Amino acid sequence: MPYIPHTPRDQERMMRAIGIGAVDELFRDVPESLRLRKQLDLPEPLSEMELVAELNEIANANRGVDHYTSFLGAGAYDHFVPSAVNHLVSRSEFYTAYTPYQAEISQGILQAIYEFQTMVCILTGMDVANASMYDGATAAAEAAVMSLNASGRKRVLVSQFVNPEYRSVISTYLSGGLATVDELACPGGVTGIDQLRAMLDDSVASVIVQYPNFAGIVEDLEALAGECQRVGAALIVIADPISLGLLKSPGALGADIVVGEGQSMGNPLHFGGPYLGFMGARVKYLRYLPGRISGATTDGEGNRGFVLTLQAREQHIRRERAYSNICTNQSLNALAATIYLSLMGKTGLRRVAELCLNKSHYLAGRLCEIDGVSMAYEAPFFKEFVVRLPMPAEEVVNKLRTHRILAGVPMGRYYSGMENLLLICVTEKRTKEDMDEFVQRLGAIL
Amino acid sequence: MSRSTEPLIFELSSPGRLGVDLPRCDVPSVDPGKAIGQNLVSSTGPDLPELSEIDVIRHFTRLSKRNIGVDTSFYPLGSCTMKYNPKVNEDLASLPGFASVHPLQPADDAQGTLRLLYELEQFLVEIGGMDAASLQPAAGAQGEMTGLMLIRAYHMANGDSARRKILVPDSSHGTNPASAALTGFEVVEVMSNDRGGVDLEDLKRLTDETVAGLMLTNPNTLGLFDENIEEIVKIVHNAGGLAYYDGANMNAILGICRPGDMGFDVMHFNLHKTFSTPHGGGGPGSGPVAVKKHLTRFLPKPRVRKDSDGRYYLDNDCPDSIGKVRSFCGNVGVCIKAYCYIRQMGAAGLTEVSKNAVLNANYLLSRLKGTYDLPYDRTCMHEFVLSAENLKSSGVKARDVAKRLLDYGVHPPTVYFPLIVHEALMVEPTETETIETLDAFADAMIAIARESESDKEKVLGAPHETVVGRLDEVLAARKPDLRWKPRAGAAAE
Repeated sequence: MPYIPHTPRDQERMMRAIGIGAVDELFRDVPESLRLRKQLDLPEPLSEMELVAELNEIANANRGVDHYTSFLGAGAYDHFVPSAVNHLVSRSEFYTAYTPYQAEISQGILQAIYEFQTMVCILTGMDVANASMYDGATAAAEAAVMSLNASGRKRVLVSQFVNPEYRSVISTYLSGGLATVDELACPGGVTGIDQLRAMLDDSVASVIVQYPNFAGIVEDLEALAGECQRVGAALIVIADPISLGLLKSPGALGADIVVGEGQSMGNPLHFGGPYLGFMGARVKYLRYLPGRISGATTDGEGNRGFVLTLQAREQHIRRERAYSNICTNQSLNALAATIYLSLMGKTGLRRVAELCLNKSHYLAGRLCEIDGVSMAYEAPFFKEFVVRLPMPAEEVVNKLRTHRILAGVPMGRYYSGMENLLLICVTEKRTKEDMDEFVQRLGAIL
Repeated sequence: MSRSTEPLIFELSSPGRLGVDLPRCDVPSVDPGKAIGQNLVSSTGPDLPELSEIDVIRHFTRLSKRNIGVDTSFYPLGSCTMKYNPKVNEDLASLPGFASVHPLQPADDAQGTLRLLYELEQFLVEIGGMDAASLQPAAGAQGEMTGLMLIRAYHMANGDSARRKILVPDSSHGTNPASAALTGFEVVEVMSNDRGGVDLEDLKRLTDETVAGLMLTNPNTLGLFDENIEEIVKIVHNAGGLAYYDGANMNAILGICRPGDMGFDVMHFNLHKTFSTPHGGGGPGSGPVAVKKHLTRFLPKPRVRKDSDGRYYLDNDCPDSIGKVRSFCGNVGVCIKAYCYIRQMGAAGLTEVSKNAVLNANYLLSRLKGTYDLPYDRTCMHEFVLSAENLKSSGVKARDVAKRLLDYGVHPPTVYFPLIVHEALMVEPTETETIETLDAFADAMIAIARESESDKEKVLGAPHETVVGRLDEVLAARKPDLRWKPRAGAAAE
């Protein structure tokens, strides 16, 4: 049997030591009435060789972004991943370890988490960060829960141009009567400050916006933060980490909690996961922060070392009084992000961000030269933008796919009245040639 | 003793170094200040460390050497099922055909992945004795949260809104009560009886029309199969509550018995425990939920479906769904590895997994029970709980035993859990370990018990052979140092 090393002789020795004549005797506590009297109905086992062939066949039934020129974004991004990332996360001392409960033989992971936390703080402008969350959406939901716990308030306002997947997850998390969730409209593509002002009062625990938002637009966080501060509501910002190579950190603009999706940093698309959420916060939220946190300390001889710390917040200590139930998170994905950011460094991340900015602006400009195509919003954008088409975006997307172009995500899938709007993403991987072909093909269709 | 430290990545930084080779820009440059607004653009960019590629490679390679995993050492961490992670599964999950699919590509582009997810759901349904499953939850705790939301949705749909309580045994995983509280339930603890199972009288006393459900793992966290399980589920069902099965301990019962047949209405699996996917030093995991028919319509959306032409697709038209608990479809890469494992093991193989996991645990138990206290002296399932209480007279605690084990080159058992056993040492060897490995561990445990008598300073001062000595956790919590900061006076921007 694969992966079970025992020979019949081993098993006999063990049974003799236990004092049984058959392994079945060990299951005597399972009531007869519950014993499964049949074999599980599963496919016949495959040898390793057959498994490889079978899985290759299944994988070949997919056609990933490499098969196309992709302009898909909307929460999952086709950024370049340097080879070194995968080589390092494939070291099995990392990937076959459990959560680092025994610090002295887990210094590698614990130090990497500490470095990750520091990088999250640097990018977001926050004081503290945790070891990771499941993904950007759950990080946003847990940030909302954090704001409720810290304030005792019962209401959360979410911008309409927060990623619809995230809004859905936030609603699910808060559905148990923890809070009411109200939506803020985005006239002109940005969170409406007048409506925010009208809705904000001291019942609001937090306001959640995205930076850049779902339509790619860079929100004016400073103005939003000012409004929040007036009533003591937390400003929760969902940030694209690549954009933070160029944009001011949300912390510098007044955010209280910053979360986001870290997939862009060294993790493959993989049909949506595993990804990683990151979470940073101002220090006043430290005791409300969910999940694992690595902290520096020393051993008896004064050597620096790292441990999981502030565990009194967590489920295994506080049980039902814990602020979150998170246990296993996305450690290996966070390690990939840490390695990615180490390779990029200060200059590299900025270069990637500039490439995204330059290329998205080039494509937007070229597309708008086509008759009937225009920008949906006149607001500043980073690597994603929304264009208005003279026909339904779904139709355009379907037609361009036959030319091996994934044109983007139709906004009408998520927002009524936006059937002709298309959300387009340009990462550093798209070339001028790719974009010129897109423009030419779209022009030919319209 | 070879103590050593590794500098932080920030301490290795040297201005001007770069670890990537990026392409030149092939389109006209845009002035960020003009395009986005001076007020929103940073003048310098984030102060990330600056290193060459080889610096980064060496730093993280050295860090990896300061870590142990299943590939380096025996790892009998109770409740975590640290079995061997087959290498072929790593290769297959990262095939470009899987790794390069964007979650918003049309179903036609993702037929391979969708087929795999669809079939994995079927496998889990069969293994659990349930009717339907969702792979969306990202980890066990999220599976629990999802399951509890399903229970609430079920009661609400029946107009049964007064059910606010979730019962959990006092031996339960900490995530159980935490998940219930996060979901807005009131948590009520049920006592264990002197055999380590659920106290039926206490359960009857606590079960009434305000109870939404009971969360249980069986075998429980003591590694004991609760022989009253049918009665327990009946008590809850008779009062109108639902039964939730925490799948953390599924490695004991694959092909032997099924939560669905025990009467459970909803359960989660831990693919990173039972189905061999690596734990990654703290994730990614995957915590699929499976349910009986009466809960199917509430499962998270989208559902993976197959049409009459054999084409797979994502169905978002699920009006009764609790919604989404995570973006997209879950930790797909992890699901692929679990799928590979099940396809390679097959039904007979999975049954052998549990038989040998239970055999290994009982063998270790037989070797250790004279040396350490055994609070519940019964045949165990895939794990068992010892107590180091008998070493206390020499001042040695479970924590010290654990730290001394590090010197013997093994990962210690889970300590101080479950909470109902003092000085608990929870041992789960798994089926992938040889008798020689088990013997070496037993020998080390026995040697440490002897050292506690003969040379207790050695045990109390452990570990001696690790890169750092025993770390001061109190200091870490009292003076939190959670991020590196540039030294005062060092050149800032």
